[in-house]
Amino acid sequence: MLSLSHYLTLGAILFSLSVVGIFLNRKNVIILLMSIELMLLSVNINFVAFSHFLGNDAGQIFVFFILTVAAAEAAIGLAILVVLFRNRQTINVADLDQLKG
Amino acid sequence: MNFETFIFYVFAAVTVFAASRVVSVRNPVFAAMFLVLTFFSCAGIWLLLEAEFLAITLVLVYVGAVMVLFLFVVMMLDVNVEPLREGFVKYLPVGLLVGAIMFIEMVLLIMRSFKSDDFPAPTTAAAADYSNTEALGKLLYSEYLFQFEIAAIILLVAIVAAIALTMRRRPDTKYQKPAEQIDVSKADRLRVVKMASETTEQRNS
Repeated sequence: MLSLSHYLTLGAILFSLSVVGIFLNRKNVIILLMSIELMLLSVNINFVAFSHFLGNDAGQIFVFFILTVAAAEAAIGLAILVVLFRNRQTINVADLDQLKG
Repeated sequence: MNFETFIFYVFAAVTVFAASRVVSVRNPVFAAMFLVLTFFSCAGIWLLLEAEFLAITLVLVYVGAVMVLFLFVVMMLDVNVEPLREGFVKYLPVGLLVGAIMFIEMVLLIMRSFKSDDFPAPTTAAAADYSNTEALGKLLYSEYLFQFEIAAIILLVAIVAAIALTMRRRPDTKYQKPAEQIDVSKADRLRVVKMASETTEQRNS
């Protein structure tokens, strides 16, 4: 029988995979954005699972708002990426050193 | 193992496989495609959890809009992936190590704190006329109305920001200047010429 820990473990696997993705693709902004989307998805799985097992719909409302914010974040992130590529002809994180930080 | 558990493991396996390919493929287009597969199978898992509205929303909003946006940007930018891949093998051990440690820690917590007898699965199935969308809508438009309005403002700000960031005026593009169009006076464009009217003989000759 499926229990809450099944879904939480799936969320943990997805979250760890996206952390590994951020480590591996630290030069490529597009894959970094995709890893962040994966992270949000794993959190959403947790919210939906808790909402189901606690019998409380508030968790699903949270997921609704997370989806909204994630969509806004993806749109702005990709817009920044397009402007970045137009100005520097690269999306390599290592080349973005103009601020000399 | 009943049918529900079987379905869960199928969808979970597809989700994990696709997610691992998202972070490991060379081509960003394939990564976007695998991310679509991840979202799709995750929507299946949400259906198992009786969150029908969110499952459909995930497919419509994420697969239909956000991932198309990703693909659009990936294909629009002429990116050379080779320099972006450097360090992939170098950071593979430390990445896997950190990921494994995080995963083990989380699983230990889950096993310790969320035992299945503390959180029993809901035994009574939802009534046949129960609508998940209706329940969410009632909550959203009563108890969470303020947050809903905030979400709308966030989306509006995102629209304005995305357009303001990417809009540009090329110097070689011809476009209208409405101020100058309005400012023009009759004397700038029209010249009235006085000349003698011609006679019938002149015209026929």
